Amino acid sequence: MGLTLTWLSVIILIPLAALFLKTFELSLDQFWAIVTSRRTLNALKISFGLSFAAACVNLVMGTIIVWALVRYRFPGRRLFDAIVDIPFALPTAVAGVALTQLFAQKGWLGAPLAELGIKVAFTPIGIFIAMVFIGIPFVVRTVQPVLIDLDPEIEEAAASLGANRWHTVFRVILPSLIPALLTGFALAFARAIGEYGSVIFIAGNLPNISEIAPLLIVIRLSEFRYADATAIAVVMLVASFLIIFLINRLQRWAQARIPVH
Amino acid sequence: MAIEVTNIVKKFGSFAALDNVDLKVADGELLALLGPSGSGKTTLLRIIAGLDWPDSGEVAIDGENALSRGASERQVGFVFQHYALFRHMTVFENVAFGLRVQPRAIRKDEATIRARVKNLLDLVQLDWLANRYPSQLSGGQRQRIALARALAIEPRILLLDEPFGALDAKVRKELRQWLRSLHSEIHVTSIFVTHDQEEALEVANRVVVMDKGRIEQIGSPGEVYDNPATAFVHGFIGESIVLPVDVAGDAVRLDGRPLNIPALGAASGAAKLFVRRHDMAVGPAGTGALEGAIRHVRSFGPIQRAEVALAGSEGKTVIEIDAPRDRELQAGEIVSLQPRRYRIFAAQE
Repeated sequence: MGLTLTWLSVIILIPLAALFLKTFELSLDQFWAIVTSRRTLNALKISFGLSFAAACVNLVMGTIIVWALVRYRFPGRRLFDAIVDIPFALPTAVAGVALTQLFAQKGWLGAPLAELGIKVAFTPIGIFIAMVFIGIPFVVRTVQPVLIDLDPEIEEAAASLGANRWHTVFRVILPSLIPALLTGFALAFARAIGEYGSVIFIAGNLPNISEIAPLLIVIRLSEFRYADATAIAVVMLVASFLIIFLINRLQRWAQARIPVH
Repeated sequence: MAIEVTNIVKKFGSFAALDNVDLKVADGELLALLGPSGSGKTTLLRIIAGLDWPDSGEVAIDGENALSRGASERQVGFVFQHYALFRHMTVFENVAFGLRVQPRAIRKDEATIRARVKNLLDLVQLDWLANRYPSQLSGGQRQRIALARALAIEPRILLLDEPFGALDAKVRKELRQWLRSLHSEIHVTSIFVTHDQEEALEVANRVVVMDKGRIEQIGSPGEVYDNPATAFVHGFIGESIVLPVDVAGDAVRLDGRPLNIPALGAASGAAKLFVRRHDMAVGPAGTGALEGAIRHVRSFGPIQRAEVALAGSEGKTVIEIDAPRDRELQAGEIVSLQPRRYRIFAAQE
């Protein structure tokens, strides 16, 4: 208990406290001016909005990938299973450069998309794609063990009670996975909010259009406007905390209804 | 509804789980499939339910071919050993599930569903648990809910796979009696799988004894206990003393020494003599077919259980017998043993 608290304090709480202290160098008016400036608001909107969208996509696609990996036996399954972890391990800058190349106007995927009139690299769509890329393993890895442990007998029970496949999936299987799905969603979401390396390469970083909040913080730091940087950071911190807290409560609620055993 | 299973073969790789199984179940029966693990009894049950498919053979429920329908279309109630309740649903919703997933055309309205679930929960005497979640229930309660859930769809037949296998001994005993009285109340044709002979003999009207994918014997509990058809059945049901003997004509020999008992028509050659523990009469030395020294006596209830080392086997063959307590046996005493009832089966090669 003591050790846990000490460790948490040293690793997390003290740096966070320093962050808050730094913002106190600003008056309330100054603080308000910084966080409500157009550029800051747009950056926050881009960061949180796209992260949310990416987490939603990851939730759906991650669930489908998990389903295939757990329920089907196909050649190369283990390879695909290993590939899922790559976004964990790859240096984010490498991912960013690779994605930028791929989606640049002359890239393998960028060229056909450009013909359709869709520009990915150096636009918010690029940010979104980078966020999907780095978030997918969080959903897959949290849901996978739960789906593996899901007793096949509950599906057989549903079938013997007359349920068709649709009913079995949507009334029996997915509801049992809800706590794990929420965890995966929260992790992917949190990661996307904090993502920096892979995004800045593909984003183009145009203020108000494709500039993410973490980048704006770095820009302010390089301009030696430390208080400005921490003000934005504090807003991100509080917003992230609220969102994660909310998801956590949702999860508690789901968990209480679906205890592990 | 009557069930007729004909010539079922099911292989898992090269292992024959079911080897040409035929079985007829009459309407309203409560039948036990009894056998050791790996005997194919659960596979047979799952095939009847539509959860597994045979390699060949036929299954008819109420005269109509069941194999052309999947599990969800057979209207068969299935109860699993580990309950398989939906843990994200309340007890009420678990029981209601089968009614809620019915095709729209025949689905009942909410009030009817509620009334029916209430009735079923009353039937299993757990109406007070309607709003709990399965994780808040004891094992015995969960299994009763699983049964109510299976009954909700008004199944044509009810199949139970080791229904009491995961419960402790006391609850198991209670539920056995409860299942029997429930069956006499609702009379749905039921088959339950068990490896517990006591359970099969106590609950079922008829017992099907299985081993290695084959049916060894079908009969009433009394028949399979008193007149086992094969060596396997004799050894599996009830406690038996088994002695390796040789049969030559009508003479029976143990370790080369003649036993003074007739062979009861057993074929000549190597054979096994089966005697129930309580069918071995104990007398003074020199008066029976076998002789031995008592090693150890434990007395409990109406019987005394004695370990007897048979003479002539250099103390290697030790059998356990149950004797009434009219004469207290002493360790070290030499006694003779005379089988009152016994069976001789040819030894399997």
